Amino acid sequence: MTTILPRKDVVIVGLGWTGAILAHELTDQGLDVLAIERGPWRDTATDFNIGYAQDELRYSIRRDLFLQPAVETMTMRNDPSQTALPMRDFGSFLPGNGVGGAGVHWNGHTWRFWDSDFQTKTNLTKRYGAARIADLQVEDWGVTGAEMEPYYDQFEYLAGISGKAGNIKGKLQEGGNPFEDPRARDYPNPPMEMTYAPTLFANVGRSMGLHPFPTPSANMSRAYVNPLGITMGQCTYCGFCERFGCANYSKSSAQTTILPVLMKKANFEVRTDSEVLHVDLAAGGKSARGVTYVDTSGQEFFQPADLVLLCAYGLHNARLMMLSGIGKIYDPNTGEGTVGRNYCYQTNAGVQVFFDDKNFNPFIAAGALGQTIDDFNGDAFDHGALDFVGGAGINCIPTNGRPIGTRPTLPGTPKWGSAWKKATVEGYKSTLGYSSQGSSYATRTNYLDLDPTYKDRFGRPLMRMTFDFPDNDIRMSNYLCDRMEDIAKAFGGKQYSVGRRKKGWDSVPYQSTHNTGGAIMGTDPKRSAVNTFLQSWDVPNVFVIGASAFPQNAGKNPTGTVGALAFRAADAIRNQYLRNPGAPLVRA
Amino acid sequence: MQVVAGGWQFFTPQEAALVEAIVDRIIPADDLSMGGKEAGCAVYIDRQLMGAFGTSSRLYTQGPFLPALPTQGYQGEANPAQRYRVGLAAIDAFLKQRDGKTFAELQPADQDAFLTAMEAGKVELPNGVKGPGFFGLLLQNTMEGFFADPVYGGNKDMVSWRMLGFPGARYDYRDHVSKHNQPYPRPPVSIEGSPEWLGKRS
Repeated sequence: MTTILPRKDVVIVGLGWTGAILAHELTDQGLDVLAIERGPWRDTATDFNIGYAQDELRYSIRRDLFLQPAVETMTMRNDPSQTALPMRDFGSFLPGNGVGGAGVHWNGHTWRFWDSDFQTKTNLTKRYGAARIADLQVEDWGVTGAEMEPYYDQFEYLAGISGKAGNIKGKLQEGGNPFEDPRARDYPNPPMEMTYAPTLFANVGRSMGLHPFPTPSANMSRAYVNPLGITMGQCTYCGFCERFGCANYSKSSAQTTILPVLMKKANFEVRTDSEVLHVDLAAGGKSARGVTYVDTSGQEFFQPADLVLLCAYGLHNARLMMLSGIGKIYDPNTGEGTVGRNYCYQTNAGVQVFFDDKNFNPFIAAGALGQTIDDFNGDAFDHGALDFVGGAGINCIPTNGRPIGTRPTLPGTPKWGSAWKKATVEGYKSTLGYSSQGSSYATRTNYLDLDPTYKDRFGRPLMRMTFDFPDNDIRMSNYLCDRMEDIAKAFGGKQYSVGRRKKGWDSVPYQSTHNTGGAIMGTDPKRSAVNTFLQSWDVPNVFVIGASAFPQNAGKNPTGTVGALAFRAADAIRNQYLRNPGAPLVRA
Repeated sequence: MQVVAGGWQFFTPQEAALVEAIVDRIIPADDLSMGGKEAGCAVYIDRQLMGAFGTSSRLYTQGPFLPALPTQGYQGEANPAQRYRVGLAAIDAFLKQRDGKTFAELQPADQDAFLTAMEAGKVELPNGVKGPGFFGLLLQNTMEGFFADPVYGGNKDMVSWRMLGFPGARYDYRDHVSKHNQPYPRPPVSIEGSPEWLGKRS
């Protein structure tokens, strides 16, 4: 028995960063907005309490705040010839759950993608020729860096980002990132106070003629009042950031930047612990009537709405489209279908430098406190003589010294016994690490669809992920490892080790929760699932907001761009869509 | 202050003796710290196996259970509690047959030799127990117990934190951020507090 509820103007699936941004913008517009969230209500005082927030076992190892695989997982394989099996535990990436979503337990690296990232296909074709990208399936986003700038600015001021501009209106700024696109103004907060390791990294980088700068951080360098009037506290460098909620109101999230205002609005409501099963389409499948969801007692509800916004984690947005029949599921054999197309990830590698005479106090840290070198990111450098496209930011961002997970030792150290213990004590304080966060470019056979065998707790097919690192990206990552090795030699430590990225993506060790694509934006409905305002081509009263919209991933963390795209979609809904509801904003 | 074990919850006495002997070889007592047994690693594992970790209640446990690629992770049907029950029995059954002794009765050097062989997949344990997989589980859980907050039953008196110089749950280092390359002066605190504060350091 399905209970039919009173109609809402807008229903939002998922109340994380994008859901909260859209809810705030559309309630300001006077619309009656309901958010439906699969996980629980969470807030700082009750759930990220300073008395127990710093529990490594509970939050980092057992992952108390994350989506549990019993609720939803997905199957994986490396290529289409293999049988996909379920990730019985999440490992390589860790999707969020509950109010605030993954924005609760992120580190806070907040980047802008560059114009050359948005014009990927056009830029690479013009610069290196079509043959260079023949085995990739890269696309343009359909927006320019200049078009995105005001929305990045909006997100950075909402979130109180601490950083140093590198380029204000075309004028390069000393100490910032010289490779970034022009921005209208500096970050709202100055960079964080630097710890020892990134300071040393920046000195070494500068001595080599590279251009280190403070990583833009959503950890507050000082107390901040955002444009909504919400106050955040100064970061205490506690070293419990990624995988943890922040007890200090110092890390930007929906909880610390939007919800205190949003929750007071009479025209907003959130229903938690309620999972949307699918979007219900009208006969003919050209418009959505609302969503069907189920609560924890198993009771099923139909929530009618004029406008449906999918604001779940990007992967879950793609699966909801598949389960709802919004658009056609991508088929790698024919190249037809757009939902599930261009799934991309992040191509990372790392270096450790071991010293005898240094104490880095690794526990004094914050999620986004560090230094970045972008000299080899994206298209900041000439690939003319190279055999790949793309690049990576080189980041020295020591986020923690939590000892269950962070115990660097010299290569060859035994895993247990007295020799292990001695090496662990020696390596704990005196090891410096940095890593390359590399771009991930789409290929024909990296994609998402529905699994033919495995089901979720409601009997619906799990999503199936088919992914391996493309040869191009492995070549890119190896080039970056060579550059990182140059830096390692310049440090003059007693020893260093380089962990190179290899083919055969392994779903077990943690790598990155930067899963992108599956419902990509673009200008051609045959190659994209949503238009450049994130409106579904097929069902125009559905918008799909998140990293699901990225046609490929850059060598940068996605949240800044996700936030900017959310503000851009909100702007388009408020100022264009509502004039003629239900109509496409872009003619195919 | 320390959570005192009130008796085993999951392990039988025989299993407990075996696990205590194993964690004492994984983390042996030496001049750097007490051993895994005294630190409470077996107590920690015992408590974990009674909870969500032991029963895999948060994980995806629907079949079919098929042979896996290495990149697809653990695909077995048994949860950690079941793996411990079968795995521990297999170790002592193997050793009794080979040496006429349980693991706990062996000399430390022989214990280390057995664990090394088990880790490397060089012993054939009965009942289909895969040595490297079960050793990996033991190793992971022992380290968790040794380095987790003492509220979970291991890391007695924050022994591993004192050993490393990790200050634990302090949560505010603003006064030391810019003191590059200088040792952090204060001792660790746990979620449950600090023996120094309470005057109860054992």
